[in-house]
Amino acid sequence: MRITELANPSQFLRLADRAIPWLAAATALLFAAALYRAVLAPDDYQQGATVKIMFLHVPSAWLGMLCWGLMTVAALGTLVWRHPLADVTAKAAAPLGATFTLLCLVTGSLWGRPEWGTYWVWDARLTSELILFLLYLAVLAIWRTVEDPSRAARAVAILTIVGAIDLPIIKFSVDWWNTLHQGASVFRVGGSTIHSAILMPLMVMAAAFTVLFVTLLLAAMRNEILRRRVRTLRLLQASATG
Amino acid sequence: MDATAHIGFVAASYAAGIVVVAALIAWVALDYRIQRRILSELETQGLTRRSAATRESAAQAAREDA
Repeated sequence: MRITELANPSQFLRLADRAIPWLAAATALLFAAALYRAVLAPDDYQQGATVKIMFLHVPSAWLGMLCWGLMTVAALGTLVWRHPLADVTAKAAAPLGATFTLLCLVTGSLWGRPEWGTYWVWDARLTSELILFLLYLAVLAIWRTVEDPSRAARAVAILTIVGAIDLPIIKFSVDWWNTLHQGASVFRVGGSTIHSAILMPLMVMAAAFTVLFVTLLLAAMRNEILRRRVRTLRLLQASATG
Repeated sequence: MDATAHIGFVAASYAAGIVVVAALIAWVALDYRIQRRILSELETQGLTRRSAATRESAAQAAREDA
């Protein structure tokens, strides 16, 4: 199958129907391996057992940002190429990104209370992450309130491209400002500062979360295509009876 | 540090993770069932999309030609 054929929603549905069961199985296996490694991972010499919160917090944070990056590419697809699957992708991805960003904020707070002595500080990293969550809520609000999907898609696309400014702010906030949040420790010049006994479970959990995200995204896109078919049929029904 | 210190925060984090992932999976699966059901109800009423109708009429014409 050529990549251009995926532009056809019917072709996409066939591909999704075939891929989703395999991806779901891969997700289950990866989560089993990740949780096994997380249980066996040693406590950190400073953080103790709370380091295990990082196995959820870090992948959630990555996915929240990755999802907005994907939505930004989809926004370009909507505005520039009017690709048929671009706004389907953007609409399907938004609730997933919002949920992972919320999980990042919740687990971060639960880690912060024992380690920093507080659930929340108005630190640059935490605040920029909260802004990302609010941007997701704004996108979801537009999808719910603007009835015409093509008008909603254009409004969401503009907001998404403007909101993408927040991504480098989140990433480099720990370098640009004096933050309570620690600096980069996984992907950094000079290599990771994390011991392999902690790094490996983290990377396996990140792989599990990423495959889960891809599976849910394909399933949510399939739902959105079906929803649009329902809308088309209802409009036809209304015009026939009207 | 005592290994059991702050274990409640770790348990709460994993509980939040399980709830969130389970809710996402349930939402996507339920939405799929709902859209499939509505679509099949509409198709039972004889409604088809123009592209589907065009494909069906082309197939019918091909059968008649054969």
